[in-house]
Amino acid sequence: MTLSPDLELPVGAPEEVITHALVRDVDLTSFGYKGSLALITLDNGEDHNRPNTFGAKSLSALDAAITDAASRKPSAIAITGKPFIFAAGADLSALAFLTKREQALAIGKYGHDVFRRLGELDIPTFAFINGLALGGGLEVGLHCSYRTLSSTALTGLPEVFLGLVPGWGGATLLPKLIGPERAVQVIVLNALNNNTMLKSKDALALGVVDAVYEPADFLEKSVAFAASVLSGTVVINRHDYSQGTAWDNAVEIGTKAALKKYGGATIAAPTRALELIAASRSASRTSGFDSEDQTLADLTMSDPLRASLYAFNLMQKKRKKVEGAPKPALARKITKVGVVGAGLMASQLALLLVRNLKCPVVMTDIDQERADKGVAWVHAELLKLVEKRRMSQESAHRLSLLISGSSDQSVFAGCDFVIEAIFEELTLKQSLFKSLEKIVSPECVLATNTSSLSVEAMSEGLDNPERVIGFHFFNPVAIMPLLEIARTSKTDDATTATAVSIGKELKKTMVITKDAPGFVVNRLLTRFMGEITDAMDEGTPPEVADNSMRSIGFPMSPFELLGLVGPGVALHVSETLHKNLGDRYRISPTMAAMVKAGVRTFYIKDENGQSVANPEAVALISTGQSPSSASEVRTRALTAIAEEARMMLDEGVVSSAAEIDLCMLLGAGWPMHLGGILPYLDREGISDAVCGQRFHQPGVASLP
Amino acid sequence: MSQSKRSVVLVDAVRTPFGKAGSLYAGTRADDLMVRALRGLLERNPRVDPSAIDDVAIAAATQSGDQGMNIGRSVALLAGLPKSVPGYSIDRWCAGALTAMTTIAGAIAMGAYDIGIAGGVEHMGNHPMGEGIDPNPRYLAEKIVEQDALAMGNTAERLHDRFPAITKERSDKYALRSQEKTAQAYADGKIQRDLIPTATRTPELGWTVATVDEPPRPGTTLEGLAALKTPFRPAGRVTAGNAAGLNDGATASILASEESAIALGLTVKARMVTFAFAGVEPEVMGYGPVPATEKALHKAGLSIADIGLFEINEAFAVQVLAFLDHFGIADDDTRVNPFGGAIAVGHPLASSGVRLALNLARSFEEHPSVRYGITTMCIGLGMGGTIIWENPHFNGKGGK
Repeated sequence: MTLSPDLELPVGAPEEVITHALVRDVDLTSFGYKGSLALITLDNGEDHNRPNTFGAKSLSALDAAITDAASRKPSAIAITGKPFIFAAGADLSALAFLTKREQALAIGKYGHDVFRRLGELDIPTFAFINGLALGGGLEVGLHCSYRTLSSTALTGLPEVFLGLVPGWGGATLLPKLIGPERAVQVIVLNALNNNTMLKSKDALALGVVDAVYEPADFLEKSVAFAASVLSGTVVINRHDYSQGTAWDNAVEIGTKAALKKYGGATIAAPTRALELIAASRSASRTSGFDSEDQTLADLTMSDPLRASLYAFNLMQKKRKKVEGAPKPALARKITKVGVVGAGLMASQLALLLVRNLKCPVVMTDIDQERADKGVAWVHAELLKLVEKRRMSQESAHRLSLLISGSSDQSVFAGCDFVIEAIFEELTLKQSLFKSLEKIVSPECVLATNTSSLSVEAMSEGLDNPERVIGFHFFNPVAIMPLLEIARTSKTDDATTATAVSIGKELKKTMVITKDAPGFVVNRLLTRFMGEITDAMDEGTPPEVADNSMRSIGFPMSPFELLGLVGPGVALHVSETLHKNLGDRYRISPTMAAMVKAGVRTFYIKDENGQSVANPEAVALISTGQSPSSASEVRTRALTAIAEEARMMLDEGVVSSAAEIDLCMLLGAGWPMHLGGILPYLDREGISDAVCGQRFHQPGVASLP
Repeated sequence: MSQSKRSVVLVDAVRTPFGKAGSLYAGTRADDLMVRALRGLLERNPRVDPSAIDDVAIAAATQSGDQGMNIGRSVALLAGLPKSVPGYSIDRWCAGALTAMTTIAGAIAMGAYDIGIAGGVEHMGNHPMGEGIDPNPRYLAEKIVEQDALAMGNTAERLHDRFPAITKERSDKYALRSQEKTAQAYADGKIQRDLIPTATRTPELGWTVATVDEPPRPGTTLEGLAALKTPFRPAGRVTAGNAAGLNDGATASILASEESAIALGLTVKARMVTFAFAGVEPEVMGYGPVPATEKALHKAGLSIADIGLFEINEAFAVQVLAFLDHFGIADDDTRVNPFGGAIAVGHPLASSGVRLALNLARSFEEHPSVRYGITTMCIGLGMGGTIIWENPHFNGKGGK
């Protein structure tokens, strides 16, 4: 079959991995029904690591299979997947290469044209969702009359997470099937909540599927279910939600969640998804699907979606491959690790290390009492994990015995990796490493979790400076996925390879940076925050300064972030960067005053739990005489980010703009629709204006 | 504490549909077939508490790959039985499942077990006969067995040599009747009711659910059979038509002490009287059922005249005919394999023993006038195995 020109593979896109649709008959006689089922299997011929997806050719294959199946005059048609996989949705690889709105419209419409056949035949249709079913994969099922789900399969509609909407029927059909509140939960809330998938019991409880069966005989049970439906021994009742009162409330809940997620900004994907959900209440299938097509085309032909796809692919790719990492074979074996310090940060590190490396972890502090406190904290956290059923009692026993604490640094003997998390003071760290060198082997990696001090300076005067490396986590270390690995000019490949292999064990995404002040995330964040506090210090009302970036979609405002980091840490970092990078990093008198006065945050909760300005902080603001408007603050902040990012690339802090984006996505939680940050600066013209050049070529993370 | 023999009963038995080797189940693992049979069995016996199963004995003639890793324990885990339920594997080549039944029964009879699972599986597509075998050179060097002993087709030809009265024509006729009886049993719905629907997939064809046996050839004619080649020797008598094929399939059964079965309200489909295994010259292994049956009858204090129904595995028609001739039973005696046999439905080696018991149990239901029946089969390297069963539906009329 020839596809319309708009459905042809766009120039530059990788060849489609075609999901074939195979048809076989299943005799239902043995299941108590005189008739047969035409069973369509989706299978792209690859193993489960390459899930079934739908591009134009795959849709065409499914279309042909539905025609074939119907021509067999079966009692029903069912569709299932290959082992472990139903289908993971649309083939996104081509989406980033579409150049015309007609193409985007065509693929949306074609998906509808094919999928909707499953809902508009004169016989019942069934989706036997045997494995992972995401996005378009679940939508195929939503077009069917009935759905069964394997008890171990995950399903969900991640489109909004990616900057899209469930536009192959999902946004229209799901609210009609399960009602607006649940549909908002699945389509919007779950997507915004780190792309949460539905487990089978949730999918069943929400009404997304009609039955759940264990994988050992999932298909047999599903066929039996189909036969029971056909013979009428099982009746599935559908509820008509169109008359309910829940619609407005559901949309409001979704809107609020999206505003919260994006720090008060109205972002296209959740907004448009909620519009489609609201419209589905009275929309016919055809008008609903038409709206989905238009929405999908609008979003696909938008810069935020292209930036989002770029960000998604970047995070996926870099999770596995660390740019610039030496050969993994150079990594040394880790059988014992040390953590210097037993404060909260050090204890978090110890917990993370022992959970993932499962080897002895020794902690030290200046006295036994503090060391014991750190160990006790780790024990308590392990216990919490057991109570939350996220860890077995046995694992907790095992790990508890691996953690020990001491005031005597000789316990580090035999360690292969020691990380320090002591007070951020260079001379302290220098003397620490010198004394450690007398205890550990010459190969033992000495790592520092410093956020802004020079790693190389810490290695000065050591016999083996080549084993010193920066190993910079983000708070909370168990959750934040980024790890900056800072190489000094002396750090050798074996040390770097060892650090990377530990980072992999810790399941972190890593970026290898030059040993430069603040590495990537803190350097850029501090520069950005500095512009906001400067504006305030100059006389801009704090709320104007703080809210100047609201529309961009950062997860929190600068002062909210400050509250999280703490003014003390922020001040210390800006002092270090001021010292090392120059006057563009200024020391805010307001911040200094806050630290001095022990005021920790700009915002406090009022009696209703609402965030309000903290009067103690407001009183400390040093008021200058040259206020800026919100848009002026915004421009100078974005200008500063562009300038700093370009300097970092020029200095070789990281080797590519993508790595800066990766750092901001994972280390600062900056959103995907900005592509991290640099694609946004490009599309707003800021990169050109500030640096005379873009960070990314057009089309990489934007419309071409 | 005194030990006394307890009555052992067959509670239920099922099987997957059988496939031609590497055809219907080409993309399906042997352990998955076995899991399917076991889950189907337990599903239709909800009164059997899985945690009360004392052991799971599963047979396979080749115990490697998807039939390895102690398939008894492995299948118990994969089928989702409680982890407290143990399992082990059994090998007696073709009589694997039959031996699984006698072994579990022995443990029940001596009071160690109350309820056990016995089954077998063979995926001859994944594990061709003789896969990985390494016969000791002494076998031939010291003439411990003759060359023919290791190729089952040759042993069947040797049986024809030994009993010249069993001609190729008789074998073909017997084979034809097996196909006809199976076709009739299918038409009457007597086979399908005990087949557990089994999902199967190949990458090329996608998924389907098997609900009937693949091997039967309902349109078989005597002329067609007569025209088949004799692959084992020129002018031989054994053909693909008068022997069981190479097949994939799994079977499973529940055995219990009669007191447990009654206490739990389980069905009682047959009562095990006794069993026996016996050896013969390996080169005429097909003769094994004769001494095994004689021995079992002797132990039970019964004579062949007491046996009203026979389920004999049809590895080869000649081997069935040798048995019938020995006991003076006609080739077309209706007491023998009334639903047809392995020549039609197939013989996935180690699984077949349970299929025989399943068929016999169904025949018992139809013939309450029959008191005793046997299941018997020949076994490679020269053996036979026989179980004598008593019909729980026996109504005392008719005497046998």
